[in-house]
Amino acid sequence: MTGALRAQGVHYKIGPARILRGVDLRVNPGEIMALAGPNGAGKSTLLAVLAGDLKPTAGQVTLGGQPLDGIGPRVLARKRAVMLQEAPMSFPFTVADVVRMGRAPWRGEDTDADDAAVAAALDATDALGLARRVFQTLSGGEKARVSFARALAQDAEILLLDEPTAALDIRHQEMVMALARREASRGRAVLAVLHDLSLAAAWADQLALIGDGVLVGVGPVAQVATAGRLSELYQHPIEVIGGVGGAGPLVAPIRGVMACAA
Amino acid sequence: MSAAVEPATGTSGAIEARLPEVTRTGTAVGVLPGPPSRSALTAALPPARPARAVAVLIILGVAVAVLALLSAGIGQMRLTPGEVIHVLAARMGLMLGPEPAAPNADAVVMSIRLPRLALAGLSGAALATAGALMQGVFRNPLAEPGVIGVSSGAAAAACGGMALGLGALGPWGIALLAFAGGLGTTFLVYGLARSDGRTEVVTLVLTGVAVNAMAGAVIALFVFLADTSAREEIIFWQLGSLNGTRWQYVAVAAPIVIAGAVAAMALARGLDLLALGERPARHLGVDVERLRIWSIVLVAFLTAAAVAFSGIIAFVGLVVPHLIRMILGPGHRVLLPASALGGAALLMAADLAARTLVDYADLPIGMLTALVGGPFFFYLLRRTRRQAGGWG
Repeated sequence: MTGALRAQGVHYKIGPARILRGVDLRVNPGEIMALAGPNGAGKSTLLAVLAGDLKPTAGQVTLGGQPLDGIGPRVLARKRAVMLQEAPMSFPFTVADVVRMGRAPWRGEDTDADDAAVAAALDATDALGLARRVFQTLSGGEKARVSFARALAQDAEILLLDEPTAALDIRHQEMVMALARREASRGRAVLAVLHDLSLAAAWADQLALIGDGVLVGVGPVAQVATAGRLSELYQHPIEVIGGVGGAGPLVAPIRGVMACAA
Repeated sequence: MSAAVEPATGTSGAIEARLPEVTRTGTAVGVLPGPPSRSALTAALPPARPARAVAVLIILGVAVAVLALLSAGIGQMRLTPGEVIHVLAARMGLMLGPEPAAPNADAVVMSIRLPRLALAGLSGAALATAGALMQGVFRNPLAEPGVIGVSSGAAAAACGGMALGLGALGPWGIALLAFAGGLGTTFLVYGLARSDGRTEVVTLVLTGVAVNAMAGAVIALFVFLADTSAREEIIFWQLGSLNGTRWQYVAVAAPIVIAGAVAAMALARGLDLLALGERPARHLGVDVERLRIWSIVLVAFLTAAAVAFSGIIAFVGLVVPHLIRMILGPGHRVLLPASALGGAALLMAADLAARTLVDYADLPIGMLTALVGGPFFFYLLRRTRRQAGGWG
């Protein structure tokens, strides 16, 4: 087991803009952590830093105690998988090819296991029927499911997901979160950027709220997702309706209060 | 590492067993299909490499061999394929096929037609492989050494050599100059045309226009500076021609092209992953920087090998990989070798046409390929425009 993915005092600057300001975060094996915050808060940047795509301007990211930039790309690829929001494919590869690419870090190992992992990932994401389709011809939601299947097929201990459910219908949102839960229950660590706070509340063990490059709350969802904190963070009145049937609280905006400037 | 030995099991039974939450929310259960067996699952996948790939590679290989036999016999002195085989076998001390009726058959085949054929094949393979590599690394199916100006960059440097009398350096000298010119131009285009790890069609084509214009100016300068004989040499060579090919040229081009094509194969998997985008490729363990630099060096290497002795032969690198992709799909492990063979076959056929279409005349092969390749490029542009909803 690799252990936790940790950001310690991470700052990230682009020119004068300070995108991340002293972020401390720990993504633990066996847990789903949801990362939420308003647009431009630094969620995707934080995910890129945790993935090793961006080097923090100060602070460091460690994986199992080892600094991320000291781990070679191939070794790192066996330890963490990433799903991004956009999937700009440049050649007409089939869905099966795309998910097979997820097995690339394991090249040289058992190829039967490769195809089994690919088929299982496609089946789990309800995309087995798309296997022969050309990826570029899929709808946004289908692409998202296939990209998620690719991340699953990579069989890594850390899963970093940037808005995995944004393009999905309710059924597939629940499916993706259930699969994230399955991975967590296998001892994997999952970090998912989520806009839907009710979804986060229902599925995540931990919630990290980020605003303007600073973490404003990290901890169990019930403790972190309070109406007061969320309303302040999103600058919009929000109410949290307590646990419905054990599915976690519902987080809803209070409507009709937005001042419409005449 | 446990992850390596325990592949994901995707049956719904496994998920539900681990997932009390799924049943709790009651929404996801219906999503998960009944538990099919693993072999039934993998059977739903198309094969990783189409069986067609092997067939197409064999067909292309046979096409190259047949073209070579036919082409070696066609010309002012006509020989049957059997007679050509006789000449070739005689060189190896074998007696095969009917003895040619013409007295100088051996000289014609061995010192005029074969080196020319070999260079046509090598140049075609080099250009098509360079095109496929370039398209992969630019993530754009319209990239091609000729369109983008790498060929003319290599040509400008080689021209300089001819004009300044460096021809005395021999074929290696010209090849080295072409390589330097090609490498410089490729890095220039790469640096100028990329933004956010992608090269948009408009930027790419416009960069090509600018680079071709600059290289054209440099070539014009050298034509102006050169004496009459060098001037003539430059102009004909620039049109692209395999006329007067000597074994010496083949001896220089062959190792470069063969080494380049083999080295390109080592980049195939990385280029496949790069199609996902730079960040996803990195997430899957690709050292993107290294992949890029190696691709660029190989493109320059292969283009230079073709340009140094055959002049500017455009569009081979565009047409061949495109056709192969249509038949075999975009996977580079098949695309690269099939493009090399296809490019060889295409240029051998084009050269046969160049020297036989008009009696007693040797048409510039670069002119022929541009005549066919230009409209094809136009068709690709229009198609890309339609698909992408613009050239942006």
